[in-house]
Amino acid sequence: MNLPVESYFILSTLLFFVGVYGFVARKNLISILMSIELILNAVNINFVAANRFLFPEQLEGYIYTIFVIAVAAAETAVAISIIINVYRQYKNVDAKSINELKY
Amino acid sequence: MENIMQYITAGNIIFFILAAATLLFGILTVTSTRILRAATYLFFTLFSIAGLYLQMSYDFLAAVQLSVYAGGVVILIVFAILLIKGLGEEKEINKGDRKIMGIVAAIMGALVCVSFIAKCGFTNSELAEQIAEQVNMHMIGSTLMGTEKYQYLLPFEASSILLLACIVGSIVIAQKNKEVKK
Repeated sequence: MNLPVESYFILSTLLFFVGVYGFVARKNLISILMSIELILNAVNINFVAANRFLFPEQLEGYIYTIFVIAVAAAETAVAISIIINVYRQYKNVDAKSINELKY
Repeated sequence: MENIMQYITAGNIIFFILAAATLLFGILTVTSTRILRAATYLFFTLFSIAGLYLQMSYDFLAAVQLSVYAGGVVILIVFAILLIKGLGEEKEINKGDRKIMGIVAAIMGALVCVSFIAKCGFTNSELAEQIAEQVNMHMIGSTLMGTEKYQYLLPFEASSILLLACIVGSIVIAQKNKEVKK
């Protein structure tokens, strides 16, 4: 007998908020990027579980997950090139040190 | 007792092991002070999520997850860590107030979401098992490349433009500035 779909939803909720904690608490830009990856993966689990257990007739969540993965890979590439540029300018990658546009 | 026993099957035990691994390595990713180790833990998290997809009998998705995330994104992050001098060795010092803020935000949000999930009664579709077994490459391909309802050719093409823009953009951004700064 299959587990209820709530078990997958609760897993993805917990993983999402682990990512949120990392996003708030880490100060390094690359750590923040890794937290974003965790958040995106939590959302992916949610999509796939909803597709698999609640609406299995169409592959909607499945295809959405593939698109999320593609967008996440693109986002990571751009974010890392921005981070490397920031490192060239400031010689570190702390989120606090990037404040030229802040005031 | 009887209705708990019926949930103890091989697939469910694998789910619990993978869920525990995902959460454990996820927590280690955000709490580890050494950033290269955090990247390794992130790799293990993504690997266990691919295992979860396999457990749901979505093989192609697990392969995509492994090749794009575990193979591509993590390698990219590790290269970035190695390119940035001093990041691999030095420990990250966390300010206490940010940590408390993060913990409070995460716990409050998780409580709200879990209570909502517990409140909404979801019922598993009866056909879930047999349909999930039938998902094959032909079905995925026609869903991805078709133009009818529940088929996704337009986002597929849009994502190719996105990837092109992303290649050009990341090259332009990461390029060294030749001109002298004033």
